[in-house]
Amino acid sequence: MQQIIGNITVLEAAPILNLGLLIDGLLIGAIFALAAYGLALVWGVMNVKNLAQGDFIMTGGYITWFLGNHGLHPLLGLPVACVVLWCIGWLLYRVVVSKVITRDLFTSLLATFGIAIVIQQGLNLAFGPDTQSAQADLPTWELAGGMITIPATRAIGFVFAALLAVAVIVFMKRSRMGQAIRATAQDARAARVLGIDTEKVYSFTFCLNAAICGAAGALVAVVWNVQPFMGTTYSIRLFVVVTAAGFGNLPGVIAAGFGMGVFEQFGGFILGAQYQQALIVMLLLIVLAVRQLQNLHLRQAVQ
Amino acid sequence: MNSARLQPLTYWLLLLIGVAAPMLFPDYTNQIAVLWLMIVFALTWDILGGQMGYNSLGNIFFFGAGMYVSAVTQIGLYYDVGMYTSAARTTHIAFSYSQYFTGFALGTVTGGLVSAVLAIGVGSFVFGLRGPYFAIGTLGIAVAAAELVSSWEWVGAASGISLPVFPGGPETQKLFFYFLLFALSFILLLFLRWLYSTNFGLAINAIRDDEEKAEGMGLHTRGYKRTALVIAAFFLGLSGAIFGNMTGFIEPRDIAFPTTTFNIFMVLMVLLGGKGTLWGPVVGAVVFHVIKEVTWTYFLGWQYVTLGLLIVIIVVYFQQGIVGWVMEKYPERFGIQIAPKEPEEIPRTAGLATQPGGAE
Repeated sequence: MQQIIGNITVLEAAPILNLGLLIDGLLIGAIFALAAYGLALVWGVMNVKNLAQGDFIMTGGYITWFLGNHGLHPLLGLPVACVVLWCIGWLLYRVVVSKVITRDLFTSLLATFGIAIVIQQGLNLAFGPDTQSAQADLPTWELAGGMITIPATRAIGFVFAALLAVAVIVFMKRSRMGQAIRATAQDARAARVLGIDTEKVYSFTFCLNAAICGAAGALVAVVWNVQPFMGTTYSIRLFVVVTAAGFGNLPGVIAAGFGMGVFEQFGGFILGAQYQQALIVMLLLIVLAVRQLQNLHLRQAVQ
Repeated sequence: MNSARLQPLTYWLLLLIGVAAPMLFPDYTNQIAVLWLMIVFALTWDILGGQMGYNSLGNIFFFGAGMYVSAVTQIGLYYDVGMYTSAARTTHIAFSYSQYFTGFALGTVTGGLVSAVLAIGVGSFVFGLRGPYFAIGTLGIAVAAAELVSSWEWVGAASGISLPVFPGGPETQKLFFYFLLFALSFILLLFLRWLYSTNFGLAINAIRDDEEKAEGMGLHTRGYKRTALVIAAFFLGLSGAIFGNMTGFIEPRDIAFPTTTFNIFMVLMVLLGGKGTLWGPVVGAVVFHVIKEVTWTYFLGWQYVTLGLLIVIIVVYFQQGIVGWVMEKYPERFGIQIAPKEPEEIPRTAGLATQPGGAE
């Protein structure tokens, strides 16, 4: 408790630290926003809540890290991670996800949870339980006399995440496939009547999401670190982001992603890193409680 | 319930098996005791998940709560809990014969009751959530409890509490806890058999089938839902208290609130055995426990990968469960008359409007 108050006093005494945390939070939040967009896409189009989202991210991160160990620069590892994750996504769609789309929501939740366990344990067996991070060998910029440090990797990660997000959004708005995806999200049956191959749309959406996760994972491996069991924390984070924003609300998802990044930087600074998971879970419960209060007036329950 | 048509003989047979098992397989007493615990898990999960259609992913919360409450009661009767947890690492604190059993009995009952009271509070929060939000919300509560207890020094934080040592030989201890867990699961089975045959059973089935309509017919759905959760929580609390004393050492993440093991086992066992039937959870628990013990022995290191694959396979390809499958195959055995039905086209919609529960 003393330490928490102490940390808050530090923040008050040195406003410049707040700015540092804010910038850090925004740079990291960009990656959350990117991955949350993928989650919202699958959620909105297929009505599948992908609990393996965080583990897809970890897989992308491990691919980048692994290639980095063999001499490939992490930023060049990013497209490779995308392609590999696309293939994994396609395989998982064929074998598992296509079978659960029509079932009730709990089924898809449990099925993706099963996938999540397989992936994290597989990563654990393949690479061991240690925390790893891909070395990019880029400088760290110092501003305000060393009070704010911005690693170039984070800035580059931010730019990459932004570019990818813009590319995906333009794709969704302009391309034929993007239109088909949006039509399917609106009304799958009507889309089928109008000749859209919804099966293909679902498969494409799931693969696209996996590829987005691959990119996000590569960035996470560069700017932060990866660990087999960290995926769950990412899944909860992204779930919080999408639930807070509503899955149809794209600007909201992006804003909430940034918000999550900033919130975590401040929370981590004030409470200490060991409470990170507790903090995220608490946030989840708060978001759910608020959502519930919002829904309360919609239903008149018999008392 | 159709399965209630199975003769009472089945119950006598189960009683016989339960009593005879530790004598026939004395080496496996502990494993079989855990099997009875698994049956309690599956049966309590099925009250909400199978009979009422609320798929919880956080029932383990009540198990852990019962475990911790009983531990605190048992110790708190004779010592200061904070002192005990900090001293337990260095000194050995002995409990006398009468102290142990008074504490154990009181602790177990308190554990069950406090879990039931907690269920009222938890229920008022989670039952506002629908569909997947309910599952995620309950999971969130279980994870949050694990995190909070791990940073609570008074109850030993992440390093846990060593419970009073059983005053008796290891053989007596094994049999004592074996019969307690057996009795708990058997009583629970009989209780649920009675419960599902009452109006309460019909009411929660109605909630599962269409909650809005059930409400429209004048059922006090909120009260039924809360009662169902309280019943599940009470038995889970008792089982937690007993299991905590059986292992002798409790710790938040892997024993009291193990969200990725026991917590998921509950769901899997019910799905494997057959959701919404009385005997499905029992059958599922037995089959699952056997599969689990075998994979844990022969695929050591790969056991969690196997577990994940098992989840996917059961959920995707075998959701009606063993009892469900048997009922489908031999309906006349269960007294169901079915007319030959036309194969119907299942609409392939993944749109938002198809969710059975209604509001998202």
